Amino acid sequence: MGQVKSLADLRKIKEELQGKMSLREKSNNPESLVQVKVAMATCGIASGAKQVMDFFIEEFDKRNIQAVVTQTGCMGYCFAEPTVEVTLPGKEPVVFGYVDTRKADDIIEKYVKNGELVEGIIPVNYETIEKK
Amino acid sequence: MAKYKMHVLVCGGTGCHASESDTLLDNLKTIVADKGLDNEVQVIATGCFGFCEKGPIVKIMPDNTFYTQVSPADAREIVEEHLIKGRKVNRLLYVDPENKEHISDSKHMGFYKKQLRIALRNCGFIDPENIDEYISRDGYEALAKCLTEMTPQQVIEEMKKSGLRGRGGGGFSTGLKWEITSKSVSDIKYVVCNADEGDPGAFMDRSILEGDPHSVIEAMAICGYCIGASYGLVYIRAEYPLAIDRLKTAINQAREYGLLGNDILGTGFAFDIELRYGAGAFVCGEETALIHSMEGLRGEPTVKPPFPSVSGYYEKPTNVNNVETFANVPVIINKGADWFASIGTEKSKGTKVFALAGKINNVGLIEVPMGTTLREVIYEIGGGIKDGKKFKAVQTGGPSGGCLTEKHLDTPIDYDNLLASGSMMGSGGMIVMDEDDCMVSMAKFYLDFTVEESCGKCSPCRIGNKRLYEILDKITQGKGTRDDIDSLRNLSYVIKDTALCGLGQTSPNPVLSTIDNFWDEYIEHVTDKKCRSGQCKALLQYYIDPENCVGCTACARNCPVNAISGERKGIHVIDQATCIKCGACLEKCKFNAVFIK
Ligand SMILES: Cc1cc2nc3c(=O)[nH]c(=O)nc-3n(C[C@H](O)[C@H](O)[C@H](O)COP(=O)(O)O)c2cc1C
Ligand code: FES
Ligand code: FES
Repeated sequence: MGQVKSLADLRKIKEELQGKMSLREKSNNPESLVQVKVAMATCGIASGAKQVMDFFIEEFDKRNIQAVVTQTGCMGYCFAEPTVEVTLPGKEPVVFGYVDTRKADDIIEKYVKNGELVEGIIPVNYETIEKK
Repeated sequence: MAKYKMHVLVCGGTGCHASESDTLLDNLKTIVADKGLDNEVQVIATGCFGFCEKGPIVKIMPDNTFYTQVSPADAREIVEEHLIKGRKVNRLLYVDPENKEHISDSKHMGFYKKQLRIALRNCGFIDPENIDEYISRDGYEALAKCLTEMTPQQVIEEMKKSGLRGRGGGGFSTGLKWEITSKSVSDIKYVVCNADEGDPGAFMDRSILEGDPHSVIEAMAICGYCIGASYGLVYIRAEYPLAIDRLKTAINQAREYGLLGNDILGTGFAFDIELRYGAGAFVCGEETALIHSMEGLRGEPTVKPPFPSVSGYYEKPTNVNNVETFANVPVIINKGADWFASIGTEKSKGTKVFALAGKINNVGLIEVPMGTTLREVIYEIGGGIKDGKKFKAVQTGGPSGGCLTEKHLDTPIDYDNLLASGSMMGSGGMIVMDEDDCMVSMAKFYLDFTVEESCGKCSPCRIGNKRLYEILDKITQGKGTRDDIDSLRNLSYVIKDTALCGLGQTSPNPVLSTIDNFWDEYIEHVTDKKCRSGQCKALLQYYIDPENCVGCTACARNCPVNAISGERKGIHVIDQATCIKCGACLEKCKFNAVFIK
């Protein structure tokens, strides 16, 4: 990087880093964003959770949707891996099973963008610590 | 470019550094690379997270997982469990001191809930050695805005309107100080950053310089633009090597980018910064003493006026501001004076960083809006008093301050309220005391510090403080009288009125405030010769409880002055006149028969 000659130059550096820093910026305020948790235990990884996670990260970026994608441990639905939990701002989390990249695409287009439910929802059968 | 999915932020502050966070960082990097994750996971060293007591700290984003007391050996488990399998490492999570629950995410930690981070906005968030990360957080944008869109007077107006007051202790309006310096006519002027940080227990300035050095550099340049100065000097104590290192790196990066030097951002404005090292004397934090020290003279203060704004470094107009004061400046310019002024109390705007220490569960560095109450700080952020003991007092303002008690707990913290309660803001040291602390000893501790640190130039301070110390010592030895308390008071007022500089003028504050707030305790010391907290050794009396004594003779055999008598298998007694209060009997008794009163 050469010299910064103007405000425009400064903004350019900022933009170039935006992607990199947004991961940290966004995670400071996850409640206001779409949160996707991909189960990434051995069972998940074995059935392709990693590709699904990568897909989500890239597609949110491409489609300009503000989202935080994280991985979690096994959610207990090993029969339906890869499983993905999606929380829209202000809504209860919804868990989807058997998510491949095609299904992930559906989830983004239908559920995340329009709030339409798609096939494969697993009823939530556990309580989180915070709710207790 | 690699697209990172996860950031692992490892604290590189002094506290964590001391407990091997650098080895931890290396281990994490190596293991991440070994596992082929280096394109997905970025490991970054940051500044202090504030929660130093539980360091080394590792924070994992985007899931906000906050690991405490992580050792280099934990690196593998973090990578294999958390980064690969997404399972949090439970044993490294923070445990709530109250309900003993593991808290998985920093947003739910009491320590962070009430905090508002302005001066510390980037600490623990960015890599302080990477100027790009600072720029990505609006860094240098305030400087650019000032240089290209605002006149110096407009910037000064904005600063005045923001209500920012000096964080170095005095609390003088920053905008006003800049204005006065800008009006002083001279060919050369200077901007000085006071990074001396002499208050015992305070480390906010060091943390800012370590965690976010560019914010201070940017603010100094803005100040230079406003007052018409092209030179900046940072006066920093030599025992802050990490802060010095980071500052140097940052200055070099800013120069490379053309954000320091000649013709900054093509505007013709020139500004550069140099470091000056201090040897770590408390009085050198006082601005006139600091300037003398920078000139190569003894760090002795001189009478003000003239103020440095008029005649400072080599008699040129010099604007001295504290590190934390500077760290607030870029945000004020970027977000506007109104935004800043909306935070805080009527006369104290913004936030204040405090170094929370003493008998409290969460020791560390915190930043809260002005007007937060002491109760919120101590009980909510600080997690309450350690070991379930009773709160007794909180000392603020360091050696220049005083202590506040139970009745002050709901006082909103700001400059004026603290002064009105008999203490002061100071640089932000906050030491919490419980029932086991003796207030006379506490005053003595600070006087000891002042006596050591007095420059000796004026007699009220050199001799007066020594006498104060001697009287306090006499009281803690059980030799004090009622008259001594009166002498303490009188002498305190004389010193306050006649000392040369701020050090002497404030040094009796711990004495006065403890006399005011803990009068009973002073009286007990001088009339009953008792110290209720058991701190003043000379005032304690050792006794043997006949109920518990089995006559094992262990106490008598170990007493160095033969003060204990009694038959074997019979009850023992201590002769108070002979006893020298060494405590050997207490230590040796296996039957809890020896007690102190
Ligand atoms: C004995 C004494 C010690 C001081 N130590 C410091 C210090 O360590 N750091 C600091 O910033 N200000 C210290 N000050 C206050 C400075 O003199 C000065 O007011 C301050 O640096 C101005 O900056 P501000 O307006 O940003 O607070 C001290 C003052 C006195 C009287
Ligand atoms: S030094 Fe690591 S948290 Fe403060
Ligand atoms: S050092 Fe300033 S009054 Fe003593």
